[in-house]
Amino acid sequence: MSSATIVSLPDQSTARIPKVNFLTKENGLLSWLLTGDHKRIAVLYLISITFFFFIGGALAGLIRLQLLTPQADLLATDTYNKVFTMHGVIMVFLFLVPSVPATIGNFVIPMMVGAKDLALPKINLLSWYLYVIGGILVIYTMVSGGVDTGWTFTTPLSTHFSNTNVVSTGIAVFIAGFSSIFTGLNFIVTIHKMRCPGMTWFRLPLFVWSHYAASILMVLGTPVLAITLVLLVLERTVGIGVFDPAKGGDPLLFQHLFWFYSHPAVYIMILPGMGVISEVISTFSRKRVFGYTAVAFSSVAIAVFGFFVWAHHMFIMGISNYAVLVFSLLTMLVAVPSAIKIFNWAFTLYKGSITFETPMLYAFGFMGLFTIGGMTGVFLGASGTDIQLTETYFIVAHFHFVMVGGMLMAFLSGVHFWWPKITGRMYPEKISQMAAVVTFIGFNLTFFPQFILGTLGMPRRYASYPPEFQVLNVFSTAGASILGVGYLLPVLYLTWSLRYGKIAGDNPWQATGLEWQTQSPPLTENFTRIPIMDHEAYDYDWLERQKAKEVASVG
Amino acid sequence: MSEHSTHEATHETHEHEQEHEHEHHIVSPTIYVIVAASLLTLTATTVAASYVEMYVFNVVVALAIAVVKAVLVVLFFMHAKYSTKLTKLTIISGIFLLFGLIGMTLTDYMTRAWGQW
Amino acid sequence: MSDSPVIAHGRLETASDEHPSYQRHHFESVEQQADTTNFAMWLFLLTEVMFFGGLFTAYLILRNWYYPAFVEGSHQLNIFWGTANTSVLITSSFTMAMGVWCAETRRKNALVLCLVLTFVLGLVFLGIKGIEYHEKWVKHHVPGLNYSAESFLNPASDHEVYAEYHDKPLMPDMAAKTELYFFLYFAMTGMHALHMIIGIGILAFMIFRARAGAYTNGHVTFVENFGLYWHFVDIIWIFLFPLLYLISRHQ
Repeated sequence: MSSATIVSLPDQSTARIPKVNFLTKENGLLSWLLTGDHKRIAVLYLISITFFFFIGGALAGLIRLQLLTPQADLLATDTYNKVFTMHGVIMVFLFLVPSVPATIGNFVIPMMVGAKDLALPKINLLSWYLYVIGGILVIYTMVSGGVDTGWTFTTPLSTHFSNTNVVSTGIAVFIAGFSSIFTGLNFIVTIHKMRCPGMTWFRLPLFVWSHYAASILMVLGTPVLAITLVLLVLERTVGIGVFDPAKGGDPLLFQHLFWFYSHPAVYIMILPGMGVISEVISTFSRKRVFGYTAVAFSSVAIAVFGFFVWAHHMFIMGISNYAVLVFSLLTMLVAVPSAIKIFNWAFTLYKGSITFETPMLYAFGFMGLFTIGGMTGVFLGASGTDIQLTETYFIVAHFHFVMVGGMLMAFLSGVHFWWPKITGRMYPEKISQMAAVVTFIGFNLTFFPQFILGTLGMPRRYASYPPEFQVLNVFSTAGASILGVGYLLPVLYLTWSLRYGKIAGDNPWQATGLEWQTQSPPLTENFTRIPIMDHEAYDYDWLERQKAKEVASVG
Repeated sequence: MSEHSTHEATHETHEHEQEHEHEHHIVSPTIYVIVAASLLTLTATTVAASYVEMYVFNVVVALAIAVVKAVLVVLFFMHAKYSTKLTKLTIISGIFLLFGLIGMTLTDYMTRAWGQW
Repeated sequence: MSDSPVIAHGRLETASDEHPSYQRHHFESVEQQADTTNFAMWLFLLTEVMFFGGLFTAYLILRNWYYPAFVEGSHQLNIFWGTANTSVLITSSFTMAMGVWCAETRRKNALVLCLVLTFVLGLVFLGIKGIEYHEKWVKHHVPGLNYSAESFLNPASDHEVYAEYHDKPLMPDMAAKTELYFFLYFAMTGMHALHMIIGIGILAFMIFRARAGAYTNGHVTFVENFGLYWHFVDIIWIFLFPLLYLISRHQ
């Protein structure tokens, strides 16, 4: 690891956290629970999301422990089904979907566009409360017997044959879905209407573009999930027959409506992470993102195309061959914008001044692992391959590569990148770099064997398996324990840094972007006067001129 | 694509007919009356049309009348005609996506028993 | 940060700038606030379009699979009440639009009148819906609650409807599909009615506030944006009416 670093901290002997900031402005529990400040809401989200992440992670631990041995000797089969279902529900709806948007997005987007807050602060707070209520309902579901249908509620299992808490899970996800809708709505309105003078669309950081695209998906896709869950609950309680072949309904109708949201959902999950990567790669190569326009438009293209490929999750479910053809073709198209981004990031790195701070390590991990995950997605988009590999561990490996190797790494990258801005403190660099490396190693050991398991034919969602698959499963479980350490470490040292971390100052990374021109932690109103944007995005020359003009003082 | 216009923001005056918002056009009650009357007439028309045997065109006519009514409501009652391009784009994108949902789902249903639907 | 004075909206921002009490702190001007909240309401309506869109998709598929069942099911709906309800809702949209005009032109008493009329018409709509739902309940046409397809296996047993339409008896499997028609009827009109109830609740709140002059002092955005919501609920009904009531009324 190079010892070169761009970190520039104020003189620690004289530096202080600014007395007046969004954390100290008001005190008391109610000032947090009734806040309209987007930054406080972001912190509330960060705490709740971390809580649910570790519950989901514990469930993952149970899964991997179960799969150490071929027989179902840790958990009964029914229990195992409930464990992987809850793992999926929590990780998808309570962690991945809100992760970057609700924590980092909420915090920095108003500052990035030069506004004092999001457009609709009360809706923002409502969004958090809906998330918490949805989360509580999920916990209720778990303790009252769980649900065993898989997070995808595949019909007709979920409607007619499962005797677990499908209804309460459906209601919980319904409520959490509205949390997502309101966050996305807030972002779109803010980005359109609250940009400061001079902030044209093409001067926005690419983080904002990614969130704009993800917000379109949140706003337009999630309502379809909402109505689908309503129908699911009605089918289970009243027996209306819409998904029941005996009464003339069609189980595939549920799946069409469910995946109409759930495919865009994966882009809701990944696009904000891609936004983080754009910021991090630019900052730690000291270079503007290559092909800004291409990256911006490809974000929107992913959003638009992402709406029309959903049935690739249904190739073996009984849709017509013609539909398989159409959706397979469209799925090939949707990979192109993602690939464009990877190329652009790679060209950003080329001839940049690269340093290897922790956010950058996670970003490198993202680029490699997301590429693998994304490419295996293309393999699966080809219907011929999909028919062989679907419902095997190949799928499990594919989505964990993009979601964990991709999105979770991007989330950690973002948390580390903006941590000094949120808290005013730096985390300890050596241990954080080590945690990033441990995570990378653990991840690959956990999930790469699963690609092989999938091609060898091990089915997913099975509590037991033929003994010839055990070796690879043991590797996978070993990797999972390492991965667990890698995720636990940040919680520990980030918490430590709140008290003992070095004072970060306004702009420890020497980054461009309006949020870095404010104090750390920022004032409640972000800016004392609304800024005027008079330079392009990622303009490091402008930054040099600023530093020359500034009088250096902190606190 | 800056959203901020350079119109001066005049303070509230007692000339209550004066529009001070840059795209805020006050629609006159006459227009509302005409639109309401048209909507009621179209309602009568669509009921009458349902009593006439037009085979497969019954549903086409009924939906066409419904679309005309909806367009009238959107343009005049909801002021879309006098709204910003952004509003118009928002409406169109919603309709586009709705058609996408229905249309793409139909690629499955229409082709399951190809030709017998 | 540049040293030049901060310019916002073409005017130099000075310390003596006043803004109306209803302007929130994160907005630079009332125009921005009005513009922003208006756009937010349109976006919310977009989510509602997609929400109902799922039901319309289900309707489209099931109607095409079970057309005869849908025809005979729709004969069970009373065209008089349906047309009356459509007219009531259109009129309430008119009174709501007039209400917005009153707010814009600062006519306080007229605004209150318009809102009250809209409120009353909304209640009338729900009342008629209640009558219709009750009729369905009495005839055992509510899916999942003792549903009976007798009226379709043997249409002559339902004298009123038979006198008008002389429906042919359906085969048992097609007659069973009428339950799907009624599921869609209750789901779509029920979801619509739920939105009406929420709208009526907000109207009640608005009537109180309007009487206190809250919307005739220049701050029309609440009324305007609620108007958008109300018109949208009207548009949903504009589509539900022909799709549910007017499937085929010709003999």
